[in-house]
Amino acid sequence: MSGWLWLILAIIAIAAGGYLFRMIGQKVTGNKPYFRDMSYGVAFGYVLAAALLAGSIWLYLQEGAVFFRWAVQGLIIAAIIAYLFRLLGRTVGTAGSRKLFRSMPLTASFGIFVIVVYAFLAIFAGAIAPYGQDEILAAANVAPGGDPAFGGNPEYPMGTDQIGRDILSRLIYGAQNTVGIAFITTCLAFFVGGSLGFLAATLGGWLDQVLSRAVDVLMAIPALIFALLLMTIATVWANAWGIDRTIFMVLIIALIDSTRVYRLARAVGQNIVVMDYIEAAKLRGEGLSYLIFKEMLPNATAPLLAEFGLRFCFVFLTIASLSFLGVGIQPPLADWGTMVKDLGQFINYAQFAPLVASAPLLPAGAIALLTVGVNFVVDWMLHKSSGLKE
Amino acid sequence: MTDTLLKVRGLKIEGRSDETWNPIVNGINLDLKKGEVLGLIGESGAGKSTVGLACMGFTRDGCRISGGEVEFDGIDLVNASAAVKRGLLGKRIAYVAQSAAASFNPAHKLIAQHTEAPTQHGVSSRAESEEDGVELYRRLRLPDPENIGFRYPHQVSGGQLQRAMTAMAMACRPDLIVFDEPTTALDVTTQIEVLASIRDIVEQFDTAAIYITHDLAVVAQMADRIKVLLKGDEVEEADTRTMLSAPTQDYTKSLWAVRSFQRPAKPKPAEDAVPVVSVQNVTAGYGKSAMVLHDVSFDIHEGRTVAVVGESGSGKSTTARCITGLLPPVEGSISFAGESLPLDYRRRSKDQLRQAQMIYQMADTALNPRKSIGEIIGRPVEFYLGLKGKAKRDRVNDLLNEIELEPGEYFHRLPSELSGGQKQRVGIARALAAEPKFIICDEVTSALDQLVAEGILKLLAHLQDTLNLSYMFITHDLATVKSIADEVVVMKEGRVVEQGPKAEMFVPPHHPYTDLLLSSVPEMDPDWLTDLLAERGVDNIGDAAVDKM
Repeated sequence: MSGWLWLILAIIAIAAGGYLFRMIGQKVTGNKPYFRDMSYGVAFGYVLAAALLAGSIWLYLQEGAVFFRWAVQGLIIAAIIAYLFRLLGRTVGTAGSRKLFRSMPLTASFGIFVIVVYAFLAIFAGAIAPYGQDEILAAANVAPGGDPAFGGNPEYPMGTDQIGRDILSRLIYGAQNTVGIAFITTCLAFFVGGSLGFLAATLGGWLDQVLSRAVDVLMAIPALIFALLLMTIATVWANAWGIDRTIFMVLIIALIDSTRVYRLARAVGQNIVVMDYIEAAKLRGEGLSYLIFKEMLPNATAPLLAEFGLRFCFVFLTIASLSFLGVGIQPPLADWGTMVKDLGQFINYAQFAPLVASAPLLPAGAIALLTVGVNFVVDWMLHKSSGLKE
Repeated sequence: MTDTLLKVRGLKIEGRSDETWNPIVNGINLDLKKGEVLGLIGESGAGKSTVGLACMGFTRDGCRISGGEVEFDGIDLVNASAAVKRGLLGKRIAYVAQSAAASFNPAHKLIAQHTEAPTQHGVSSRAESEEDGVELYRRLRLPDPENIGFRYPHQVSGGQLQRAMTAMAMACRPDLIVFDEPTTALDVTTQIEVLASIRDIVEQFDTAAIYITHDLAVVAQMADRIKVLLKGDEVEEADTRTMLSAPTQDYTKSLWAVRSFQRPAKPKPAEDAVPVVSVQNVTAGYGKSAMVLHDVSFDIHEGRTVAVVGESGSGKSTTARCITGLLPPVEGSISFAGESLPLDYRRRSKDQLRQAQMIYQMADTALNPRKSIGEIIGRPVEFYLGLKGKAKRDRVNDLLNEIELEPGEYFHRLPSELSGGQKQRVGIARALAAEPKFIICDEVTSALDQLVAEGILKLLAHLQDTLNLSYMFITHDLATVKSIADEVVVMKEGRVVEQGPKAEMFVPPHHPYTDLLLSSVPEMDPDWLTDLLAERGVDNIGDAAVDKM
């Protein structure tokens, strides 16, 4: 009960603080327009932000707040990396790339850095990973951190799982499997959905009706359940015909996601197709492929690229969830979704041994970091493309 | 207490772009007495609207008042607090925007939006202001004033909406109204009604007004004094009559001279000459039942310009779409140099398509924003003439020279890096690249400033003389018709009302509709509107508005 009381008291204090803050601001600055025309909500926000900042500093100094401290340190390190990476981009490279980096916010440079690192790890996984992804080592259940005092082992800096596989190696191979497959799937979804969407926008009529209604039907079924259902069917086929199940998974997710791409491409295409320059090209007698690829596509790249980034995250999360549910990428192939599932029990030890409990957070964090990174870049590209339109 | 209502001294405004503040307005002085109307004119980018808004103590996002003072009735608007401004705006200072359609909230009825300001400011109760609204609608000669307020914005016409917006600005009986191009988007015939009613109501309530426009003839009717702006600087200011009869600055003189461009008349074509384009009894429409064009016929002869005029909705552009084949007519035929064309553009041969080209009204949407000027002009050169590599590049350079753009400088630019007039020139070059015989110009100058528009007209005239082109010139601006046309086709509601050589068209007797169109074009004479209204009878205009319903 006293907890609620404290909360109410704190809110009252902040509310009063907001009023005082604005009044003092007006007095001190001699009624400058900024303070004079400040609404109460803004003043309240300032004081609330200050209170939250003070609270987090206090929390940071507490003994038990291990994860919070990690989060703050991680944020600071990320900001420094992003700053350094942008600095590098501004000094190295062609004139065009330097100009790009000059106007880039820190979030975007961090996102690009994350994507570059992931791509590097995925491509050179075999050379970088210290062990194989399915190699079973002597020591099982080694805690991450590499400190023997806390049950770690310097040979396995991120520890090993229950049957003794090196988590670091599996994380690196996971980048190859999860990210690589997600990338292929997204490209396929864009190729199918994008070209059909533009075709429907340009030709209209019955083709548009047939395609759009088919897409409506597909979109009416919840995506994850639909994917699970199709994967169950595909498993039978895969076993019968001896084809790798992963291929079916790529096709199924690409099909489901292409419906979303179709809708976007059609909507964007319809806005472009009514432009006078398209009419001029039609009257010139241009063919369909010239219209779509030379006149329309260049004007649709910004929204499509932004959608590509977002779609990539969704595909990637779908693969991770399918793997977590047991129908996605099959063991012993390393995959972040499967790893979260396998290491999940360790989370129960969080109260006694934070280091041990952090084992499932590593693959989960890898997923989160890439999702955040890609979204930062997408946000920036959306901002840029909307800026082009004024 | 002096009778000066608004005093602006050394007003400087800056706008933010590319991370720096750039000056937009450099020190404007302005005085406005009670009940006086000041006209602000200048081409686009002159800072007219920015100054107009600053007179209300307001700047657009990304702009700031960096110096000078704006004093409204003794109140310093530059440094006034938000609360003080809230009390003034809408109540003592009101604003009428260019596009009434975009300025009304489409989800509320007109009267509900009308009563908002008076009730908010506590001037009158909702019922009182509704009553007053009806009275204002009546004075502004809106049809059915008792009930028109209970319609939604999309249920009334553009001219009526503009008057409803003026009524809304009048709701609190402000001391000052800023009119920002209130009639620019309207047809000439509608413009008259709006101008007359605005002028009346401003006189009746002795309201001071700032009237912003780029149309000299309009400002001549409305303003007591005129101030000419150029790129954020004041050029000159004088009484309307003095300004019109004896402008002192070169720039003002050049503005005044624009309308004098006139082409010499051409000899009539031979009786048996085969017309380049012949439109015969065309009936066309969108969908099965609603026909937009009814039995339209006219000929366009080689080397001549046929102007097609009419209000919006009269079927001018639809006729163009029929000729190009985008909208196949239901009945009738279109022939080119005596040879009948397939009605659908998809069935026309490449050469038939090449012969007829089109220049669009909005150069912004007519040029692909992701292609360079060289690519845009080069594509028809390659597509129709099969030129590649250096031959193509040379041809594009020739075309750029012809439209008076320096090839080295403009070849690699994107459309967004060009001004409005330059974009329109590129549109012309793209049409020329196909080496056509016939070009359709769809309102090519209506989105441009007068000086720029004159340049485009001169270029088109020059090209016609050198290349012996035929033009179909769609326009609603009769001044343009006077300067460039050889023959005129007047359209109304999808029918050809009258057609003939220009010389005959501008001499009475006219068809009544042609007469209405011609008499509605504002002239540079400040007494023109007064005389016209006297001639037509004031009630007549109100009736005309009712007839339109």
